[in-house]
Amino acid sequence: MSVTLLYFARLREALSVSREEVALPAEARDIQSLMAWLAQRGGVWQEEFAGCRPLRAAVNQELVANDAAFGEGDEIAFFPPVTGG
Amino acid sequence: MIRVQHEDFDAGAEIRRMRLARPDIGAVAAFVGQVRDLNEGDAVSGLALEHYPGMTEKALESIVAQAKNRWKIFDALVIHRIGLLKPSDQIVLVVVSGAHRGEAFAACEFIMDFLKTDAPFWKKEQTGHGERWVEARASDESAKQRWAEPD
Repeated sequence: MSVTLLYFARLREALSVSREEVALPAEARDIQSLMAWLAQRGGVWQEEFAGCRPLRAAVNQELVANDAAFGEGDEIAFFPPVTGG
Repeated sequence: MIRVQHEDFDAGAEIRRMRLARPDIGAVAAFVGQVRDLNEGDAVSGLALEHYPGMTEKALESIVAQAKNRWKIFDALVIHRIGLLKPSDQIVLVVVSGAHRGEAFAACEFIMDFLKTDAPFWKKEQTGHGERWVEARASDESAKQRWAEPD
């Protein structure tokens, strides 16, 4: 499955990536398993996605929980808890 | 109406526009948030506001729709600034009109509480120790939770 991944704010800076198109293996089918797959990249990816730091996720620009699924072509964003207002 | 913009806004003009939009308005409640020169004990000289274009507008539209669903208000406006801001600069404006003050006050506060936890904005502060990302506050989450309706 191919999806677009977006990273914002502190996470974007830590990863030095704001956007990437990736082909996911079959086991990455919801937010939780996608985060585990990203953590396997090691280094800063491991630090950010292994669950130690609070992260929020959105699928197609809607906030979702970690068990949310997604599909081909979806836009999936990861970011720290928001601090606007 | 939702606006996400770099430019400053004129709260007085926005309030006046909403106030005169219909003659059955009896109350207009407004909130202005601005940049403080102090956070977590450090002097703050500036702020950079980042957001998620597209999702920001959707999230704010959804929050306003929830407020309109919950209270009998006539209209609601949210303006949120992005980019570089200095202490005392305005960040956010919420204006709500209704027949009576109770619903206008409540809806205005509800919109701000949900904006704080659900709208994808992030602040990066400039301090004497360099730049740092502002951490989310647990008190913002609890401020939102108080609006939870019993099942």
